Amino acid sequence: MLSDYEIAALLLSLKVSSVAVLFSLPFGIICAWILARCEFPGKSLFDSLIHLPLVLPPVVIGYILLISMGRQGSIGAVLYDWFGWSFSFSWRGAALAAAIVSFPLMVRAIRLSFESVDIRLEQAARTLGSNRLRVFFTITLPLTLPGIVSGMVLAFARSLGEFGSTITFVSNIPGETRTIPLAMYSFIQTPGAEHEAARLCVIAIVIAVLSLTASQWLAKKAQQRVTS
Amino acid sequence: MLTIDINKQLGDLDLQVNAQIPMQGICAIFGRSGAGKTSLVNILGGLSTPDNGQLTLGATHLYHQQQKINLPPERRRIGYVFQEARLFPHYSVRGNLNYGNKDKDQVHFDTVVGLLGLTELLNRYPATLSGGEKQRVAIGRALLTRPQMLLMDEPLAALDLPRKRELIPYLLQLAKTLNLPIIYVSHSLDEILQLADSMLVLDKGKVLVNGPLHAVWDSAEMRPWLPVKEQSSLLMATITELNQKYRMSKLSLADGTYLWINGMPLPTDSKLRVRIHANHVSVCINRPTDSSIRNILSSTIAEIIHSESNDNVQVKLAFGDDHIWANITPWACDDLALKVGQAVYAQIKGVSMTESELAQSF
Repeated sequence: MLSDYEIAALLLSLKVSSVAVLFSLPFGIICAWILARCEFPGKSLFDSLIHLPLVLPPVVIGYILLISMGRQGSIGAVLYDWFGWSFSFSWRGAALAAAIVSFPLMVRAIRLSFESVDIRLEQAARTLGSNRLRVFFTITLPLTLPGIVSGMVLAFARSLGEFGSTITFVSNIPGETRTIPLAMYSFIQTPGAEHEAARLCVIAIVIAVLSLTASQWLAKKAQQRVTS
Repeated sequence: MLTIDINKQLGDLDLQVNAQIPMQGICAIFGRSGAGKTSLVNILGGLSTPDNGQLTLGATHLYHQQQKINLPPERRRIGYVFQEARLFPHYSVRGNLNYGNKDKDQVHFDTVVGLLGLTELLNRYPATLSGGEKQRVAIGRALLTRPQMLLMDEPLAALDLPRKRELIPYLLQLAKTLNLPIIYVSHSLDEILQLADSMLVLDKGKVLVNGPLHAVWDSAEMRPWLPVKEQSSLLMATITELNQKYRMSKLSLADGTYLWINGMPLPTDSKLRVRIHANHVSVCINRPTDSSIRNILSSTIAEIIHSESNDNVQVKLAFGDDHIWANITPWACDDLALKVGQAVYAQIKGVSMTESELAQSF
């Protein structure tokens, strides 16, 4: 039903997006918690910095990644020398680009959820003998779960659609960085490949609908757990 | 003994509390809203930090500004029952109860669950509980942490009257069976009459008076501060006779005098606290003979106080070691030419004394 080429693009898209979401999740939770619960000088600057990928053109993000995280980039060179990690022209770079672009959406959703957790419940937990850390993991985090789920889904959806920063940072390499949007772009550029482009378009719509349905189901489950 | 000596500025309110509270029975913290009651218990529980001073429970400093001691709430071993139950919505009743239950002692768990009647609720979730049930779970949850003291911040305020009546016996049981000192914040004298052994009155952040309930109840500090219809006296009494025909109970007071009250709330020999509203007491020079009033006490005027606005006169009537207060009009006072030392008769209407004026004492 699907050609090898399409399956490769589909699996790559799913892999890049999943890795992007899973690796950015801990940072997303930490940043959301800081924004929701801490007051410090420079907080609005920190907030703007996190939201920057939302307003910057993706091409600009791709370019910044290219000069900083590439093999010769200021951070990329260090990472390669110390750990042997390389992001350039590999699917890991695509995942990094997707993670950065989708990060603000994830943080926003989780932050709202943190803000809605009743601090009085946390106080009650403290008087029942739990230290701050245990209160965070037994009260705050579980009550934030609906927000975490919706943040993950939003970030996943945004990662699936990521195009501009990916093609700028890690180029368009079949089987390595050619996700569904990039594959579609390639077909559109090729004369006579309208049929293939249309098929990819349908695939993109199907996974979007599936992930939205799954997210609604998950969010409902999570909400039920919290409010029982 | 809990020794409080703290200071905290809260907006316009300057909370300055210096008091000692015995670590047995129920101590009520009474005051109007905004007097700083909740702020005070939050400081005791460690949820807020005073500006300076010290806080000592037994031999342990909970807070000591000079020694830089400030135990966090989780290390104070002080249970806290809030006005709203604050149950964790994502845990079942059992999960809530076990949240702070470190030693997982099944016998203790069963005792607390039995005492609070929670057996049927264990597998339910907080969202499905009634207000009274939630509050009982919250009390159980605090008890299972094995606290050395329990703070209760108006735990009945959010409940309707039947739920209050349902919960009060549980609270009394608790203080008695578990021998757990309780600090009980309330703005309701009715609740305090039922529950408390001692009382600390807080007014605008300062301690107005602090001591055993019967000593504080109609003390000179307390009376001018209460609205006239709340002014009352407390008497200790024992039920010595029940009149089946008229459904009345005879209450014997310390010095052999007695009162008849409506209804038969308890068997004979029960010890009671009786509240007598000053507005329900009248004064006669001669012993009334043809009166509908059954309760006539021979007494001596110990004190006469004219209220500031001169719209009523408070007369302290002493008999034996006890006394009650009567509120009368200035006109009546002048007509009868009442003066201190004079022998008079106090009349108390029996129908005005109902069960809400009585509390079982232990």
